[in-house]
Amino acid sequence: MKYQSQSVAKLYFIAAIGLFIGQILFGVTIGLQYVWGDFLFPYIPFNVARMVHTNLLIVWLLFGFMGASYYLVPEESERELYAPWLAKLMFWIFLIAGALTILGYLLVPYAGLAQLTMNDLLPTMGREFLEQPTITKVGIVIVALAFLFNIGMTVLTGRKTVVTIVLLTGLAGLAVFFLFAFYNPVNVVMDKYFWWWVVHLWVEGVWELIMASILAFVLIKITGVDREVIEKWLYIIIAMTLITGIIGTGHHYFWIGTPGYWQWFGSIFSALEPIPFFMMTLFAFNMVNRRRREHPNKVATLWALGTAVMAFLGAGVWGFLHTLAPVNYYTHGTQITAAHGHMAFYGAYVMIVLTIISYAMPIMRGRTANGPKSQVMEMWSFWLMTVSMVFITLFLTGAGILQVYLQRYSDTPLGFMVVQDKIELFYWLREIAGLVFLVGLIVYVMSFFTKHDDEVTA
Amino acid sequence: MREGGASPPCFTMNSTVKQSEITTRYHLPGDFAIWVFIFAELLVFGVFFLSYAFYRASHVEMFNMYQDTLDRESGAINTLLLITSSYFVVRAVSAIKSGDARRCVNWLAAALAGGGGFLVIKSLEFADKFSHGISLGTNTFYMFYLSMTFFHFMHVILGMIILAAVLFKARAGGYSAEEYTGVETGASYWHMVDLVWIVLFPLVYVIR
Repeated sequence: MKYQSQSVAKLYFIAAIGLFIGQILFGVTIGLQYVWGDFLFPYIPFNVARMVHTNLLIVWLLFGFMGASYYLVPEESERELYAPWLAKLMFWIFLIAGALTILGYLLVPYAGLAQLTMNDLLPTMGREFLEQPTITKVGIVIVALAFLFNIGMTVLTGRKTVVTIVLLTGLAGLAVFFLFAFYNPVNVVMDKYFWWWVVHLWVEGVWELIMASILAFVLIKITGVDREVIEKWLYIIIAMTLITGIIGTGHHYFWIGTPGYWQWFGSIFSALEPIPFFMMTLFAFNMVNRRRREHPNKVATLWALGTAVMAFLGAGVWGFLHTLAPVNYYTHGTQITAAHGHMAFYGAYVMIVLTIISYAMPIMRGRTANGPKSQVMEMWSFWLMTVSMVFITLFLTGAGILQVYLQRYSDTPLGFMVVQDKIELFYWLREIAGLVFLVGLIVYVMSFFTKHDDEVTA
Repeated sequence: MREGGASPPCFTMNSTVKQSEITTRYHLPGDFAIWVFIFAELLVFGVFFLSYAFYRASHVEMFNMYQDTLDRESGAINTLLLITSSYFVVRAVSAIKSGDARRCVNWLAAALAGGGGFLVIKSLEFADKFSHGISLGTNTFYMFYLSMTFFHFMHVILGMIILAAVLFKARAGGYSAEEYTGVETGASYWHMVDLVWIVLFPLVYVIR
């Protein structure tokens, strides 16, 4: 670790992993509730557990992005963090606010939570993924602004690199687009229209910039390839991300009451959204093949290559599968969407955060890389989680194809619940894969606690 | 060829010499990255053109009818402007290759003027369409016409920004007869902008 203040990242990473565990526990719970409807009823109903599952994901990824920024920005900017105390303060505020929100979801009925947090003063609750009480949303904005200020001042007063500029652009976009969470038009078309400005422009826009810059940083460090080469790739990737991703928002506007031309815009631009992800795959493998040094942290390299491949498959290929309007006419809102969502989030964002944790955590704990025993264990967790996620995706895709056919395409379409009964087998298989994922996660956490008598301290 | 046919060994020798000449003379102009970008851009336009062609195939009457409302004269003038402007950047590249930065700057300025002329004429054309109440939602022909020409319009602007950046660097003495990759990079992008228009204009304005 070159700068003392980088160590605040450790707090963020530990919290991220903690919340990740929570997310997966709720994930296997709702997976079971798919086939055993009143499991844990009435204590944790499906809608609440699902909300906790998705909200925890978003929050822990944000912790991961912030940790990644606090770690890589001082090193890139060649100076200490502008205000390490602010980073620590914001950590606790964010963690406590997040924990209170989750407890609110679990302990108070949602309508009661809305009343308790005075939602009617500025109504923002009740929208998927943005269920947080208004007060929590205000808290998120404050944390995001303080974080941006801290990172921004460090970047602007230090050495400016393409990596930090792209990262800062992504983070600024993240904060700006979140503001649409406060815009809650009465017209339900407009409401959905702008809801996507948060949801889509995050995950298919600015988050991709954050992902690409973190990946570039890790690749610079582990491969030793010239910064100029890596920066050139980064430029092309973000250009393609923005060209395809911004108007690609249109693939959510097919059937919500927007003008018909969105079917063309959405189909054409989003059909090209796999390109930046494919470029990221080429980029990662190219850089690793052209490496100038053998970094002892093998498992970080594995995560970096893994995220590039899985992001392309999950976000690129599985996204393309149902992005064309004539296809989406049948697949909209089926298990195909769930399949895509799982692999895209895991491949692109979970894995990029685990990549930077894998690279930075040993350094923050005083060694270049973990010892072989710990690395092998982490590699096991990589394969367990990644392969089980592939199976979760395949089972959900199978369920989705059957669902589309039986419920929407066949000559004698069946009702929703009848179809759900018929595809139950896929949900059981998905649940088994989910449990294997949980095992992988446990192995991952254990890899942090292996004895380090054989650690590498080059 | 005839010479080679007469004496095979000589032909072989000649062709080897030519091959090496070819590899040294025809290097990839400009930065490799811009070519990745150019092909990605061409792919986007290509998907647009194909969508247009496929949809038109089943709505020929409607497309022909509304195509007649387009202003072919200004489209043709714009085609000439872009081709001429592309010629100017070719002159700019050859100027810098012979080490003449001042002439390079002048040619780039002329190319920019061509691009500016295109933007003015295209804006007038858009203004005319909008004043007739035509929008993206009017019908699928106008949807394609407006979105493809507007998307191209934005690329003309981006191309001009790139050329302007090259111009300023050239004026500050940033390029020489030995190092002119940046000029070629800008020129390559500008040719792409031109090429797209050369396909777009006949496809949307003329072919029926």
